[in-house]
Amino acid sequence: MSRIGVAFDKARADGRAVLVGCMPAGFPTVEGSIAAMKAMVEAGVDVIEVEIPYSDPVMDGPVIQKASDIALAGGVRVADTLRAVEAVAATGASVVTMTYWNPIEQYGVDAFARDMAAAGGTGLVTPDLIPDEAAEWLAASDAHGLDRTFLVSPSSTDARLRMTAEHCRGFVYATAIMGVTGARAQTSEAAPVLVSRLREVTDIPVGVGLGVGTGAQAATVAGYADAVIVGSALVRCVLDAPDQAAGLTALRKLSAELADGVRNPAR
Amino acid sequence: MSAAPATGQVPDAAGHFGRFGGRFVPEALVAALDELDAAYRKAMGDEDFLAEFGALLRDYAGTPSLLYEARRFSAQIGARVLLKREDLNHTGAHKVRNVLGQALLTKRMGKRRVIAETGAGQHGVATATAAALFDLECVVYMGQVDTERQALNVARMRMLGATVVPVTAGSRTLKDAMNEAMRDWVANVEDTHYLIGTAAGPHPFPEMVRDFVRGIGEEARRQCLDLTGALPDAVAACVGGGSNALGIFHAFVPDTGVRLYGFEAGGEGVDTGRHAASITGGSSGVLHGTRTYVLQDADGQTIESHSISAGLDYPGVGPEHAWLHDTGRATYLPVDDADAMAAFELLCRTEGVIPAIESAHALAGARAIAPRLAEELGREPVIVVNLSGRGDKDVHTAGAYFGILDKE
Ligand SMILES: Cc1ncc(COP(=O)(O)O)c(C=O)c1O
Repeated sequence: MSRIGVAFDKARADGRAVLVGCMPAGFPTVEGSIAAMKAMVEAGVDVIEVEIPYSDPVMDGPVIQKASDIALAGGVRVADTLRAVEAVAATGASVVTMTYWNPIEQYGVDAFARDMAAAGGTGLVTPDLIPDEAAEWLAASDAHGLDRTFLVSPSSTDARLRMTAEHCRGFVYATAIMGVTGARAQTSEAAPVLVSRLREVTDIPVGVGLGVGTGAQAATVAGYADAVIVGSALVRCVLDAPDQAAGLTALRKLSAELADGVRNPAR
Repeated sequence: MSAAPATGQVPDAAGHFGRFGGRFVPEALVAALDELDAAYRKAMGDEDFLAEFGALLRDYAGTPSLLYEARRFSAQIGARVLLKREDLNHTGAHKVRNVLGQALLTKRMGKRRVIAETGAGQHGVATATAAALFDLECVVYMGQVDTERQALNVARMRMLGATVVPVTAGSRTLKDAMNEAMRDWVANVEDTHYLIGTAAGPHPFPEMVRDFVRGIGEEARRQCLDLTGALPDAVAACVGGGSNALGIFHAFVPDTGVRLYGFEAGGEGVDTGRHAASITGGSSGVLHGTRTYVLQDADGQTIESHSISAGLDYPGVGPEHAWLHDTGRATYLPVDDADAMAAFELLCRTEGVIPAIESAHALAGARAIAPRLAEELGREPVIVVNLSGRGDKDVHTAGAYFGILDKE
């Protein structure tokens, strides 16, 4: 059974895709990030992806790098991420955590899974952990009933798509482009191809992320994916705002636009 | 005496050296790593490739490098010191061996662009050199702090036609340059090879880089036997990411009577926290695609390293060293800035050889272990020291350190 399944079931009942919005914990402060995530939920984001800030985020572009740096400079700890997960999960939204592997390894894989489950989180998205190296995480996530989202890429072979999807629970993350996080002007041509390749080998829901930043792009992706994942564009709302109130206003506006997008898919 | 290495295939097919190594990378890179792995394994069994690589090493890089008996330096430290003169290679360091091997593979894989990270600039210069020779586009990522302390090498790379990108993220040194190179690679993997400059990173880099530089030790072993009639008592090298050290260690690993010493950058002292000694002062973790010893805090955030030597200023180390440390086959000790610079000066004054500051750590390490070895053996020990590079690039840093630069 998958914990995040409720979000997918609900969206499916509405005949639409799930909207996933990302935000690093502790950016710009722990309380500020919790307020931002709650604002996103209120404005229509279904699933909050809380990123654990990491010193060497190789899958992230400049916006999330900057936000992570600010969070780390502010002294955010892994335990604060769990606090954010708990606060957002209490609103009834589904919460998943995205994390590079080393912070989890240092926390203790089983201990993190236990604390994540206790905080009400659904599971982990692991950008630099492939199933080939994930034995400890497979065991811990089974033991604590957490979901596992590994990434697949346009460069993945069919055999790896199948293998990776088999190790996922909840949803699989299809990276729309070859590249790092960051909003892009054009939606990807590779993404629909990757999603249909995935459909050949798996029934698990597919989330598409990397480069989605507008309502129109969300509508396009919602036309072929089960979840639309938005990161940098949301983070930028907070990064570029002169103060917290302005940041929350911008976040609500973009979240609502994206929520509208997933409700009006381009088919 | 040293413990024998653990048995079994090391690394295994997935690049694990015991509990270290492996692949902790975005899935987007897996296809490229598999392609590289296949190309490398095919090349290592291909007579044509080996002949071409061998000819380049001989005719272009100028190897085998000399094994030179440093008599006046030896007299000062109480050991018979044989210097493996990698500083005399084309481009001035051992790095050229790895770069020529990977550039040949790049051509074989049909890629037209190479990217690299560099700290001291030696690997960047070597990559820019090979890119010129093989007509490849070349982009080198270098932390902004390093572009300032290694300005001469930045100019050299540009002269060779490379684009040097100063990296302003994080600590602005080698680790951040490596992050940026990884991001470039994820985006451009189809036509680009990431030419990693040391025996670190995801499988197959640690094993492949070692194989391209292991000629250092094969030559040194033969040269030492020719010169002294016996194997050395010890082999010493500095350890940043670990390529020059593995290069000289590898051929000696089965010779259990030969002690292997890796000297890490102790910076201002391991107990000050301002150092780059990942094995001595770090713990097991995941960084840059591999599991190894890492300088990190309790949350797994990488701690910035510190060293007077840009080439050793890295908070991780290649996974094979982590394994050689765990098995006890090699010994890793820190050498602080002051001791390295004292050995730097001693080699200049006794031998007329200006070493890279990186290599000065190996010289200082040999100086530190010489009395212990002499006592243990009851005679003067024979130590092969890998002089991994020349000090031209460090003239400014060393000049400032010794206060011998004229005021502007
Ligand atoms: C001369 C020299 N020696 C050693 C190193 C350290 O690298 P490694 O540990 O991979 O040999 C460098 C790196 O730039 C170097 O330039």
